[in-house]
Parts: sequence; structure tokens; C-alpha cells
Amino acid sequence: MNSYILIPLLPFLAFIIIGFFEKQMNGKSHLIALPAVFASFFLSLKLFLEIYPDKEIVQTWYQWISSGTFNVSIGMQADALTAVMLLLVTTVSSLVHLYTVGYMHGDRGYDRFFGYIALFTFSMIMLVMASNFLQLYVFWEAVGLCSYLLIAHWYEKETAYKAATKAFVVNRVGDFGFGLGILLIFSLYGSLDYKVVFSRLNEQVGKSVDLLSWIGGGQSLQIDIMTLTAILLFIGAMGKSAQFPLHTWLPDAMEGPTPISALIHAATMVTAGVFMVARMHPIYDLSPTAQHLVMVVGSLTSFMAAYIALTQYDIKRIVAYSTLSQLGYMMLACGAGAYTAGIFHLLTHGAFKALLFLGCGSVIHAMAGEQDLRKMGGLKPYLPITYWTFLIGAIALSGVPPFSGFFSKDEILWQVFNSGFGGPIFWGIGTLVAFMTAFYTFRIIFNVFHGEYRGDSEVKHHLHESPWTITIPLMVLALLSVSVGWVGLPFEGMNLIEPFLSQVVGAHHQEMDLALQPILVGIAILMGLSGISLAYLFYMKRTDLPARISNSLKPLYALSFNKFYIDEFYDAIFVRGSIAFARGLWKGFDVLIVDGIVNGVARAVQGWGRQMRYFQTGQLQHYAMGMALGIFIIVSIYLFL
Amino acid sequence: MVPLSYYIVLSSVLFMLGVIGVLVRRNIVIILLSIEMMLNAANINFVAFSHYLHNIAGQVFVFFVLAVAASEVVIGLAIIIALYKNHHTINVDEINLMKW
Repeated sequence: MNSYILIPLLPFLAFIIIGFFEKQMNGKSHLIALPAVFASFFLSLKLFLEIYPDKEIVQTWYQWISSGTFNVSIGMQADALTAVMLLLVTTVSSLVHLYTVGYMHGDRGYDRFFGYIALFTFSMIMLVMASNFLQLYVFWEAVGLCSYLLIAHWYEKETAYKAATKAFVVNRVGDFGFGLGILLIFSLYGSLDYKVVFSRLNEQVGKSVDLLSWIGGGQSLQIDIMTLTAILLFIGAMGKSAQFPLHTWLPDAMEGPTPISALIHAATMVTAGVFMVARMHPIYDLSPTAQHLVMVVGSLTSFMAAYIALTQYDIKRIVAYSTLSQLGYMMLACGAGAYTAGIFHLLTHGAFKALLFLGCGSVIHAMAGEQDLRKMGGLKPYLPITYWTFLIGAIALSGVPPFSGFFSKDEILWQVFNSGFGGPIFWGIGTLVAFMTAFYTFRIIFNVFHGEYRGDSEVKHHLHESPWTITIPLMVLALLSVSVGWVGLPFEGMNLIEPFLSQVVGAHHQEMDLALQPILVGIAILMGLSGISLAYLFYMKRTDLPARISNSLKPLYALSFNKFYIDEFYDAIFVRGSIAFARGLWKGFDVLIVDGIVNGVARAVQGWGRQMRYFQTGQLQHYAMGMALGIFIIVSIYLFL
Repeated sequence: MVPLSYYIVLSSVLFMLGVIGVLVRRNIVIILLSIEMMLNAANINFVAFSHYLHNIAGQVFVFFVLAVAASEVVIGLAIIIALYKNHHTINVDEINLMKW
């Protein structure tokens, strides 16, 4: 028995115990979940140190399917990518677990919540440890299930269970593509093991499939097999990592309790998509078309989400759109082939986004559930720890050096600028997004912590700093938000993370004009600072400006405020469309045709019977008459014909 | 000697009278009577053919038919009496317990 199996097993055991004895827990389940998750964090750290700088550990724990040449095992493939992800997942999970103790205190579903977040942690750990596509897929679905359960935690609230259903359904769309991709891989290579598949990719290069051959009649749509595989897999990533056009579930997922928002946004579910694309990089590297698609989708998501975030009023929704935007960045990096930059940003983002979410939670906690920016303001003296940690997270997100977000964002922008496919254009979009990010992040800061208090006086009376279970995770995450970026300093010999990760995802060699780098870095810093200054001007100095600008640019403002009307569009086309289609099937086909046939047969038999019963008179003489007539007819026929 | 056809015509006429009686009369006693007529029409045939074919079997059958008819009448009359006691009628149109 080795100790690494305990990394996923401990959270799972916690889930099992809490699940079975939920009734007996009485708000004590953190005594089980916390040690389990912290232990798996320390074991992950041990694993990381064992792997660093250049080892790989592969273990098989259980032979799941063994049929002829087809083998699927459950086990661990711990390389640099897994180790980094594992550290992120277990760190954030541990802190979120601790935070939950304070945040969910007194909630009716306290024990249930702990059971589910332990299961969530377990699922994500197994996902990043997977060594084959099937294990990946199973736990890919498991994190989806957990997110559903947790978003619907307050299941008596209509918005909560609707949001959970939405998350589940939208993810099914992505997972369908992902499933098809895995089936395609299995049919091509006959194996689901990463190493086997990746080593045999060359056999299929240049081949193509005809997507329209089943129609017949000379129709054909040839598509490169690598591109098809990569795009199908990417559809799964679009669902999980909430990329356009499957992004609509993520902002709604804010209906769940804040700890779960932090867990989903920072370390588990949404990062799975980026992780998967990085994991599948051999496939993407062979298909420039798919890479370009990833870049386009990533930058589009990044821009749209940042644009929407500018005008929202719900504090958690702004941060949620910010996550979308940052995930777009990561996808952009992956599409450009800079997987190390993407994962690096994933890592730093995990730290400061978890911090921002938990900070939001602390504010909401203090405000007795209020989430509207318009009803906050001037909270700084009441929530000093929350304020300073939130500020650190905001600066990190805005990309101001030397906070961690700066290094990873800058790395992405630099790599994207140098990528062959429309580099400067994507760089331009990314830089614009960086500006918007800084603006909306500090819009939160100024609206929540500075200025005049605008909320309920009753609430103001109870304003207080959160308990230590909430502030400790905030402080730890603030520390990480500052420092995590330093593992990727963009100087020769000081970048620790890139050589480590590039063993797995491959180094990114491109022609780079190093003279340009200082200029680009300068522009990026300028963008971040000017975004912050603009927010300061708008919300501290000239508070009349935002209203005037939004009035003069009405259509643009409405587009942002209404999230590009995408939800309305989906509602009109897909939701109402499928309801109308189902209603048509019900009224048109089921009631009219199916029921018509069934009832029609019954009615015909009934009618026939009603007519026939007049022959059953019960009068002997009628029967005798029948017999006599019959005899007469038969004899007549016999005699005369 | 009377030809065979005379007997057959007589028995046919008798039989048809019996059938008509069964079909059109409403008094159950008369219906029973008509059945007896049909049986006796058959008996006439038996006897006539027995005589013309010099075969005694036909006349033996007549005794059987008479015996069966007698026992049938006994049972029939018993049923009729029971019916009359319960329904105070022997009109078949009114005895319609088995009608729908």
C-alpha cells in the first residue's frame, strides 16, 4: 500500500462517513472533513516534492476493465502537470473547507454541504490524476454532478434549483461532444490510455473522415481526423470551463453558497476544461485549425465576459464574469500553444479568484446576505481584514506587478503576441480585456469599501468582521495571491514553473522579438493602472460620470447589462423551441395518432359489439328462426345450384 | 297400394306445420305440441320407409323417438309449471330473463 492512494481516498472516506451518518453529525461534520482534506493537501505536497523537478510516478490501483486487449485501470499518473494541479486543488479545497466552517455555520444543510464538498474534492483529485480517458470522463462527470448538488444546496429557492439545472443541462451539451471525442479516440487507437494514444497519434496524421457519407448521393464533408478529435474534446472543455457559447451556466451558479462558488471558480470544475486541453496537447499540437478555434473562442469569451462584468450590480456575478474572462485567457494561451502560460495563469488565478470569492462571501456574510453593490459602500472600517485581502486579490487580478496575476497574464499576452495566427490582434483583445478587468475589479472595491454607506440601517448596525475560520483562509490566499506569481518570473533562470511544466506539455518555441517584450509589458502595466484610475475617477471623484456615460451610450450599456441577450436568445430558441417541439409531439403525435389508434380500435370493437348484441335476444324462437332460415338457404343452394 | 310419395308429402306438411308452430306461436305449451308434431312427422317417414324397404329397424326407431318425446314432454311440462309459478305467464315473449 502506498500513501498516494490516500490523496483522493481521504476526502472520499470523509464523504462516505458524513453521508452515512449525516443525521448523527449535528453540525460536527467538519471534524471529519477538515482533517481528511488537510491530510490530502500534505500528501499532495509530499507528492509534489517527490516529483519536482523532473520525476514522474505512475501507479495502478485497480484494474477496472480487462477484456482482451482492452484494459482500463484506475490509478495515478503523476507528472508535473498533475502535481501542479493537485497542489492547487488541495490547497484551495482545504481553505474552502475551513472557510465553510465559519460561513455555513448554523445552516440547515451544514453536514450535507460538507459531504458534497468532500466528494467534489475527491472527484477533482481523481480527474487530475487520471491516466486514461475513461477515468477522466467518469470524474469529469462526477465534478459536474457535485456542482449540480452544491449549486442547488438551498434547494427551496427557485433560482437556486433552476441555476443548478441550467448548469447541469448546459454541461450535458459539452459532455456529449467530449464523450463523442473519447469514443472517436477509442475507435481510432483501440485504447484509452493516455500514453498509448499519444504515442500512436502519428498513425492518424493527415487522415480525414467524411462527415456526410451517411447521407449518400455524393455529399461529402471531409474533415481532418485530428481536428475533429480536438474540436470534440474542446466542446467538453467549453462546457466545463464555461467558454462561449456554453458559458451561461457559470454566472447563474452564483446561486449556490459562496464557498462553493470559490471552489468551482478557482480550483475544481472550471479549471478542468483548461487542464484537459493542456493534458491533450499532443492532439491539439497536430491540428492548427483546432488551435485557432480555441484561440478565437478563448478571446471571444474573455472579451464578452469582461464587457458584461462592467455593468453588473451583483457582487458575485461580477467576479463570476471575471472568471469567465480569465478562463478565456487560459484558453487563448492553450490555443496559442503556450500551455505552460495557460496552466501558470490557472494556478495564479486559482489563488486570487478563490480569495476574491471568499472575500465576497465575507462581505455578504457581514451584510446579512445582501449582494447588490448599490446597497453597500464604506465598509472598510468595519471589515479591515476582508478589505485588505480583497484589495490584494483585486490588484493581483488587475495585473499590477509584483502581484501574481501580472506575471501569468503577461506571459500569456507575450506568448499570444508571438503566435503565428493573428498574434497582435489577439494580443490587442487581451490587453483591452486587461484594462476592463482592472476597471470592473476596482469598481467593486470603490463601491463596496469606500464612499458612503448606502444600504439598510438595520444591516449597518450588525456590520462586523468575520470569524477567524473565514479570515484565516483569506489571509493565506492573500499571501498566495502575492507570491505564487514569483514561481514564473520572466527572467532567464528564475522561471521555475516553465521548465517543470514543459516536460509534460512541451516547450513553446517561437520566433520572439525580445526587444519588444519590455514595450508590451509596459503597455500591460499601463492598461491595468489606467483601468484602476478610471474606476477611481468614476466611483470616487466624479460619481455623476457613470450615469452620464451609460445614458449617452445606451445601446452599448444595454448590451453589457443584459449580457448580450444570450440567455434570452437561448430561451427563445432552445428552451421555448424544445417546449414547443415537445408540445407538438404530445398534442400532435401522442394524443392524436398514438392515442387515436389505441382508442379508435377500442371504440370500433365497442361499436361492433353494440350492434351485434341485438342478435343475442335470448328468445329461443329467434334462434330457431335463424336455424330454419339457415337450413332453408343451405338446402336451396344444395338443390338449385 | 298407396305410393311412398304420399307418405313423404304428408310427413313434410306435418313437419312444416310443426316448424311454423314453433316459430310463430307464443304459448309455450303449443310450442311443445308443435315439436311433438315434428317428431311424429319423422315417425311417419320411419314407418313408411321401413315398410317399403322391408327393414324392421325403422319401426324400432319409432319406439325410441316416442320414448324420448314422452320423457321430453315430462321435463318440459315440469319446467313450464315451474315458470308459471314464478312468472304467472306462459307467453315466451315475456319470459326474457336471458335477454340483454
